[in-house]
Amino acid sequence: MASDANRDQREALTEAGFRPASADTFPKLLRFQAATRPGRAASREKTYGIWQSWTWREVADDVRDLACGLHVLGVRGGDKVAIVGDNRPRLYWTFVAVQALGGVPVPVYQDSVAEEMRFVLDHAEARFAVAEDQEQVDKLIEIKARCPKLEHIVYEDPRGLRHYDHAHLSAYDQVQEKGRVFAAANPGFYDAEVAKGRGGDMAVMLYTSGTTGQPKGCVLTFDNLIATAENAARFDRMTAEDEVLAYLPMAWVGDHVYSFAEGYVAGFCVACPESGATVLNDLRELGPTYFFAPPRIFENLLTTVTIRMEDAGALKRRLFKFFIAVAKRSGSRIMDGKPVPLLDRLLYRLGDLLVYGPLKNTLGFSRVRVCYTAGEAIGPDMFEFYRSLGLNMKQLYGMTEASVFIAMQPDGEVKRDTVGKPAPGVEIKIADGGEVMFKSPGVFREYFKNPAATAEAKTADGWVHTGDAGYFDQDGQLKIIDRAKDVGKLKDGALFAPKYIENKLKFFPYIREAVAFGADQDRVCVFINIDMQAVGDWAERRNIPYGSYQELAARPEVYALIKANVEEVNRDLARDPHMKSSQIARFLILPKELDADDGELTRTRKVRRRFIGERYGALVEALFSGQTEAELKMEIRFEDGRVGTLSGRVRIEGAERFPAPDESAGPRRLKAA
Amino acid sequence: MQRSRPVGDVLLHVDDISLSFGGVQALSGVSFDIRKHEIRAIIGPNGAGKSSMLNVINGFYHPQQGTITFMGQTRKQMRPHEAAAQGIARTFQNIALFKGMSTLDNIMTGRLLKMHGNFLAQLTWVGPAEREEIAHREQVERIIDFLEIQAIRKVPVGQLPYGLQKRVELGRALAAEPTLLLLDEPMAGMNVEEKEDMCRFVLDVNDEFGTTIALIEHDMGVVMDLSDRVVVLDYGRKIADGTPDEVRSDRKVIDAYLGVSH
Repeated sequence: MASDANRDQREALTEAGFRPASADTFPKLLRFQAATRPGRAASREKTYGIWQSWTWREVADDVRDLACGLHVLGVRGGDKVAIVGDNRPRLYWTFVAVQALGGVPVPVYQDSVAEEMRFVLDHAEARFAVAEDQEQVDKLIEIKARCPKLEHIVYEDPRGLRHYDHAHLSAYDQVQEKGRVFAAANPGFYDAEVAKGRGGDMAVMLYTSGTTGQPKGCVLTFDNLIATAENAARFDRMTAEDEVLAYLPMAWVGDHVYSFAEGYVAGFCVACPESGATVLNDLRELGPTYFFAPPRIFENLLTTVTIRMEDAGALKRRLFKFFIAVAKRSGSRIMDGKPVPLLDRLLYRLGDLLVYGPLKNTLGFSRVRVCYTAGEAIGPDMFEFYRSLGLNMKQLYGMTEASVFIAMQPDGEVKRDTVGKPAPGVEIKIADGGEVMFKSPGVFREYFKNPAATAEAKTADGWVHTGDAGYFDQDGQLKIIDRAKDVGKLKDGALFAPKYIENKLKFFPYIREAVAFGADQDRVCVFINIDMQAVGDWAERRNIPYGSYQELAARPEVYALIKANVEEVNRDLARDPHMKSSQIARFLILPKELDADDGELTRTRKVRRRFIGERYGALVEALFSGQTEAELKMEIRFEDGRVGTLSGRVRIEGAERFPAPDESAGPRRLKAA
Repeated sequence: MQRSRPVGDVLLHVDDISLSFGGVQALSGVSFDIRKHEIRAIIGPNGAGKSSMLNVINGFYHPQQGTITFMGQTRKQMRPHEAAAQGIARTFQNIALFKGMSTLDNIMTGRLLKMHGNFLAQLTWVGPAEREEIAHREQVERIIDFLEIQAIRKVPVGQLPYGLQKRVELGRALAAEPTLLLLDEPMAGMNVEEKEDMCRFVLDVNDEFGTTIALIEHDMGVVMDLSDRVVVLDYGRKIADGTPDEVRSDRKVIDAYLGVSH
């Protein structure tokens, strides 16, 4: 072992500068990190209220013992081992221990119900499962009868499991203890197993949460993961000094690369929160330097801040308001190194001392060097807010099949509505239908046991279909507009991306849902659902009486309010040469809230555009035919299952459309939405 | 249900207890026992004397008649702090926490009887006092972990929702490492999910720590699921005593709950 480590150290590092070329699997990387930085923290976890740390050396030893223990239990090369639970250091170590034996870890979403879990375990042919606690063990036991391949379950937290039948159940500690004994008796075993691993081997199988049909098991190799992790770590200048908090589901590729692969490549420390509910507290205590979150998390944080500020004293409130305005004016410009007047620069300094610094500290962002958001479109206001505080927030675009990275924004070239330039090593092309395709070292090997799906996703020469439509803007940054299958064309041949327009509308607080129509039409029209809470508050402050959603939605004042929002979107669309034809010509406010019980939304609150188009056919027709009012009569389902009828007249309004800004004398500076 | 520790000998025996407030007879001639490691429910309609019974057991009320034998020691009267020192801890029907203090501090107060350092040492926090506090804190953290309330460790209790306050109160009672735990309507006012959580905690406390539990509860589903034996009070008298199944089919109990036609 020692001689191996020395050899690792002497060997020249690869071009990216993180590891010797021979460290081409995670078990080998672990050995390399343990030799290079034995005393540095590799993992942290809060137990009993205190942060516990494990150094790389300790992790390497623990993983060795665990691997030997799993071997004693019967794990052999090629075996699939399901891993189920919240982010826990020991579960991350299980990845490496399984890989060291030539097995393949299969992380499963911890909140999946038993039936979903059964599908994954059965499909993956998992022989073993490592679970966090009783909750997961219960689910596994429930499905065990229907997963004939599943033999044995290992659990981490013994609470509540004492009386279970332990014929097919073992505690993590016991497995590790047996491994320790085995390792002492067979000193060369572990190293020999690790040495057998090759970069081209299957490293992990990640099931993609199939929005359509059954999940697919995406097979990623060590080369895939290590190459992309290395590229990304270099792109953002990651070092062993960095620190991240692993709190996103372990079965998600984003977490796998951010909290696992990059950590093993760059040698930084990955901390796990005490529990799902304590993430925000833990974030603050740890102060990570690298942070990744979907827009939803940033939205929640901003809401908390807003509420807290509204409850603050008058002086604090005014201070906050004043300096946030200063930040809005000059924050992102200062970060991007653009010219800013001296006075604003000084004020920003002062603001940093009084407001931004303390605020970032409260949120746990004091030390964040790089922060990414991805997954969905982020509201422009929110994006600007965080950036203006001096938080280097960027966007990226990725997917499981690419080992995450397809496009990412370089420092200083951040735009709120793009996802960045092709990531290092990635080639992107736009196919004829507008679909984004890519080729990269991270391209997955295959979907497990599903050659048909693999062939569908991957062309013979290695290009992968993303299923998303997009285009490059004038700065060479990729812009994702919608799912490729939803993108249509207007009559004049211009691109029509309904979700892109809907998202722009939904960023306004008064608009809850929007549904855009326009494929094969000469113009774009939309249905709008107002946000009952926000518009209701707005109406109350203006003494506008209303008794129900339907009544509120029909008020002319509300129409005027929404019309202003719609026109704001039109102005924004006018600036984009690809989108200027998609400006909204006419809109109406639906007299009923779209509801999943009526089949109008999916359970994850995505609009089912086609279904809505059919259900409200009369309204769609009226929108395009130019009527100013339409009659609506339809059946609705109440929450208790009863069925009633909704009838009434719905007003339809037109909205002003704008020419592209360079040809107009219209407003130059577009206000952020 | 399998259990780690079988139900053992009699831990507490109340014998012929009568309690009255002026002209109101709260309890008259009630006798029953609680065995080691069991979960014992006390049920009955409103005003049956259930809470009074708990208050008698932990020394808050002094019965005019009857004796209580706890761990072989017979007594007629005792003060609450003596009961606590003997290993009886309780929660209250209406939560009695320190609203302005954090969850952590509230649970820490449950350790009070286990602390030995003198006032001055604790004030100056020198050597032994510091060590002692660390040891107590560790115990408290185990309870926090056990009850899964890490996220509210530092939140003032007054800001917490009701269900969580109940859980904190249970935590404080557990901090005293009681032999006998008295729970006065631990699930009152909770929604189904909170009740399920609380049931699991009660069972886990009983199983993991071997704590004997006496609980008052109105939710019959909960009582039937949790308890080993049930004692039924009505108008201050014991009308039934036995396993949940025996009690459920007892004529007098049905009459007490549903009323009888005269």
